Amino acid sequence: MTNAEKTAEIVNRKKKREIRKQKTRDFLYLLMNHRMGKVGVVIIVLFLFIAFAAPLLRTVNPHQTGKVAHILIPPNGRFWFGTDDLGRDVWSQVIFGSRVSLLIGFISAFATVFTGALIGIFAGFYGGYIEELLMRIVDFFMMLPALPLMIVLAAVLGPSIWNIIFVVSLISWPTTARVVRSQVLSLKERPFVEASRCIGATNSFLMFREILPNVIPILFAEAVIMITEAIYAEAVLSFLGLGDPIRISWGSMLHFAFASGTMARAPWWVLPPILSIVILIIGFSFLGTAVSDILKPGYKETKGL
Amino acid sequence: MKTLIFALKKISGAIVTIFAIVIANFVIFRVSPGDPIRMMFRDPRVSAEALQRMRVKFGLDKSMWGQFVDYFKQLMHGNLGFSFWQKRPVLDVIGDRIVQTLILVVTALVIATILGIILGAISGWKSGSKTDRTILSVSLVLYSVPTFAMGILLLLVFGYVLLIFPLGGISSPASGFTGFLYAKDVLWHMVLPAFSIVLWYVGEYILLTRSSMVEVMDQDYIVTARAKGLRESVIMRKHALRNALLPVVTLSGVNFAFAIAGVIEAETVFSWPGIGRLTYDAVMKRDYPLLQGIFLIFAVSVVLANLLVDLIYSRIDPRIKTGAAHD
Repeated sequence: MTNAEKTAEIVNRKKKREIRKQKTRDFLYLLMNHRMGKVGVVIIVLFLFIAFAAPLLRTVNPHQTGKVAHILIPPNGRFWFGTDDLGRDVWSQVIFGSRVSLLIGFISAFATVFTGALIGIFAGFYGGYIEELLMRIVDFFMMLPALPLMIVLAAVLGPSIWNIIFVVSLISWPTTARVVRSQVLSLKERPFVEASRCIGATNSFLMFREILPNVIPILFAEAVIMITEAIYAEAVLSFLGLGDPIRISWGSMLHFAFASGTMARAPWWVLPPILSIVILIIGFSFLGTAVSDILKPGYKETKGL
Repeated sequence: MKTLIFALKKISGAIVTIFAIVIANFVIFRVSPGDPIRMMFRDPRVSAEALQRMRVKFGLDKSMWGQFVDYFKQLMHGNLGFSFWQKRPVLDVIGDRIVQTLILVVTALVIATILGIILGAISGWKSGSKTDRTILSVSLVLYSVPTFAMGILLLLVFGYVLLIFPLGGISSPASGFTGFLYAKDVLWHMVLPAFSIVLWYVGEYILLTRSSMVEVMDQDYIVTARAKGLRESVIMRKHALRNALLPVVTLSGVNFAFAIAGVIEAETVFSWPGIGRLTYDAVMKRDYPLLQGIFLIFAVSVVLANLLVDLIYSRIDPRIKTGAAHD
């Protein structure tokens, strides 16, 4: 490579980085000017703050069981949200519960989208037998009833946060794979891919350097949806008694409240976890709606960008 | 002829899927940690010969393939295994619950579909209006509330605070109701569990009908209908809604699979004696054969529901058979 070529390469890369930066800035601008998007972002940031600052925000150790006098007492100055049937502080439990939901949400969404994108790109790019086989597997997984399968797997594998992540990801990747595949099918026929192939680009270069960057926005939209579904799934599994026994989550709080039969006497024990689940899911589904709006062709132009 | 080939293709696809489900069901429960024979004795002093005899008795000395053949043979004879917890065949345990679940699911889905289509059509017809925005945000919020959480909320408000509806079960115990009174009693018990399912699905139906309606409204035939001077209500019912409903029909098949999730959650919260509550009990009692049987029943019924929708759909929309609508 001559010096001039090297300089050209560096300039080219810089340009690409600039374009990417500008696109990200545009996206954030559009997001913050979308009514639902704004609400979603505020909710998510709030919960992220709670999750990170949990040790500072809690008033008591959430695992700390109380004296008999501390059992099922209504909200007061010391126990802001009251206590449960073991005298544990509900406020501190809710605070720590946000960690489980967000952790499971983000990690399973990442695993799902990663797997789904990989399989979708392979299927769409190679076509033929590979595509046929991969899409058959995708169809099979999509046919299975998700919750019963998750229950069975969680019951067999044993209750732990990592098993829940594994189970949720195993169920959800086919949706992403299908979406990515259909995108790749049209992308691989575009002139820029053809051009790159002509100058001798390898298949892996075409897949991951040419095609992949173009599906990133869709992957982001998929990830937001997957986070919502993972949070939902964790809540349901924990509610059904399949949650991680050593970590407090909103779902497992509801499980204990429900199983103890004291739910009616202690609404303060049930309402905070329910509202937390609902608000966090609303946050992500608003964000999801906003992202899919922004990604629609022509949306940018209506906002003057 | 084309219809027949299409139907045969779909049916053979469903059979292959069911076979794959049977294999998956077998594998999942084999990979679980722990030795079932050791679990039976729970005593480290049992001799190796006794353990071996038990293995032979239960066919666990055979190879994985041999065990699968046994399992498959039993399945073909309608034997889904033996429930540890109830001490009777799994098929009997599940059979006792099917009717209750079907009553609940069908009622909930019918109400959700009708309500969702009406609200979604109104919303999509006047998209961008204030009514549309209200319906849209309410359905997004409803769609964000998990069925079990909605169930608990309904239970607290209408069961414990307002004391309007019963707290759970399918009928009042020891009431001695028969005939009409019994039916009324069951209906009364069904209101809350059915509504906790409805409130979730209605959101989905609204969103789908709405987006489908918005798409249809841009079509040329709507413009033509308007140009002909037809009344708005006629255009909406006969021209727009009828075409907008096609994707909603497909959804009802997919939704059957999702409905199972709703049923498990709602039945658990309201102690409704159906398969959903049975799933929860099987998990709590760690009754694996029962859980395995329930999963098989659920999965197979989803495959069959999808097959049915595919076949019906090809009648409603002939483009499906030729693949014209598949882009």
